[in-house]
Amino acid sequence: MTFNTLKRHFRESFKNLGRNGWMTFASISAVTVTLLLVGVFLVVMLNIQHFTKQVEKDVEIRVHIDLTATDADKEALRKQIEAIPEVGSVTYSSKDEELQKLIKSFGEEGSSFKLFEQDNPLSDVFIVKTKEPTDTVKVAKKIEKFKFADKVKYGQGQIEKLFATTKVIRNIGLGLIIGLLFTAMFLISNTIKITIFARRREIEIMRLVGATNGFIRWPFFLEGLWLGVLGALLPITVVLSAYSYVFDLLHPKLENTFVQLLPFYPFAWQIGGVLLLLGACIGIWGSMMSVHRFLKV
Amino acid sequence: MIEMQDVYKTYPNGVVALNGISVRIKQGEFVYVVGPSGAGKSTFVKMMYREEKPTSGSIMINGVNLAKLKESKVPLLRRNIGVVFQDFKLLPKLTVYENVAFALEVIEESPKNIKKRVMEVLDLVRLKHKARFYPDELSGGEQQRVSIARSIVNSPAIVIADEPTGNLDPDTSWEIMDIFERINERGTTIVMATHNREIVNTIRKRVIAIERGKIVRDEVRGEYGYDV
Ligand SMILES: Nc1ncnc2c1ncn2[C@@H]1O[C@H](COP(=O)(O)OP(=O)(O)O)[C@@H](O)[C@H]1O
Ligand SMILES: [Mg+2]
Repeated sequence: MTFNTLKRHFRESFKNLGRNGWMTFASISAVTVTLLLVGVFLVVMLNIQHFTKQVEKDVEIRVHIDLTATDADKEALRKQIEAIPEVGSVTYSSKDEELQKLIKSFGEEGSSFKLFEQDNPLSDVFIVKTKEPTDTVKVAKKIEKFKFADKVKYGQGQIEKLFATTKVIRNIGLGLIIGLLFTAMFLISNTIKITIFARRREIEIMRLVGATNGFIRWPFFLEGLWLGVLGALLPITVVLSAYSYVFDLLHPKLENTFVQLLPFYPFAWQIGGVLLLLGACIGIWGSMMSVHRFLKV
Repeated sequence: MIEMQDVYKTYPNGVVALNGISVRIKQGEFVYVVGPSGAGKSTFVKMMYREEKPTSGSIMINGVNLAKLKESKVPLLRRNIGVVFQDFKLLPKLTVYENVAFALEVIEESPKNIKKRVMEVLDLVRLKHKARFYPDELSGGEQQRVSIARSIVNSPAIVIADEPTGNLDPDTSWEIMDIFERINERGTTIVMATHNREIVNTIRKRVIAIERGKIVRDEVRGEYGYDV
């Protein structure tokens, strides 16, 4: 494509935005509203994701080793556990170490446990971490069947609930976002359909005198791109300002809890980039859908 | 050279518009296509610029079979064929000059060549002095001359005209015919579907008569042959 042609396509695409003033405004508004909602969902979802990732990271399986197991038995058990494909790491912790941890975790009052140092009632344990936290239950069930695995603990019940909840939240958010994106694409494709309808004579003549489909598509491609990008500007500004405000408000209060918000940078760049990209994609996609009907391919 | 072999065309709604057409048109010929309304004249010429595909049969233009031409190659075909319609098909928001230049811009001709070629063809149709006018500031005959200028601006080997004088008064129609004759004299093939008996009977050329999708007459210096 020559430089002159490219100039022509840009000129045409801008002319069309102006010529179809109200429709342009309507499409940009559609993108704006969509991306505003998508942006809010995205911010909330990513923060929930961030939070659950941290909780999930602390999930571990504690395998209590049977008291009668010899060192060789323990080693065999470790081999068996390590052979499970989903297992990430296996760490051994003797009953003495376990007791010290317990004493420590109780602080001042822990000293009363010191009595047990002579006759430790705890078991040696293997601490197992899975590669994917969601495999915890599955792996635990397998380990339970192994010989010398006396008790297998992983926070039964709670873990399942946590994973089920985060999964539901993720799916609902994803569903909503996809639904919104399709709505916006539909609105854009309708707008461009109308602008194309007004220009079908021009397209007909272009085809008649031998313009390629690619040439005919270019201005519409750009028009869709502008609609999408213009529509993304306001949501990016609003969502990021709001997040910065909320972050400043909540961050100090959450400092000592295990709930942590994503820091503003690079999160702001990511959200901004994603919204801009989504805007551009739905704009281009919407316009290409409607041009398609006017071209024979 | 245009060569049709056993061309049949049935539209999706079941209408049989062409019912076995075989014809040969040599480079540089001037051919009228006549026949009653609904006979298939427009469909016949649409085959040549690949606006419609035949249901069966072959259409060879300079060695290329349009029946098998890929959709992506159609633009290249169109650059070698000019088309003129009864309703001119000009863009109202563009000037005369821009309307003609449009045909070269969309095939990415260089700006220098565009200017030169557009002025040449506007001279040929005698509208150089109205280059800056808009279509609605021109008479019907002048608008048709602009559309003819556009059809020949990329020097096609063939010009196809579907009732080009259908909307024009007799005097203006003669002017248009004069331009077509001059284009033909330069070696361009002209295929013109027409209802204009006066013209066909006066400017004698080859006449192909179509009725119900079949060629019923093909004469070298023919007559219109239908009562009005
Ligand atoms: N796009 C189309 N779809 C269906 N039928 C058509 C179409 N174009 C033309 N026809 C039918 O095909 C027949 C021939 O039409 P046409 O080629 O336009 O004839 P003419 O130009 O001689 O008047 C007519 O019966 C017409 O109704
Ligand atoms: Mg017709």
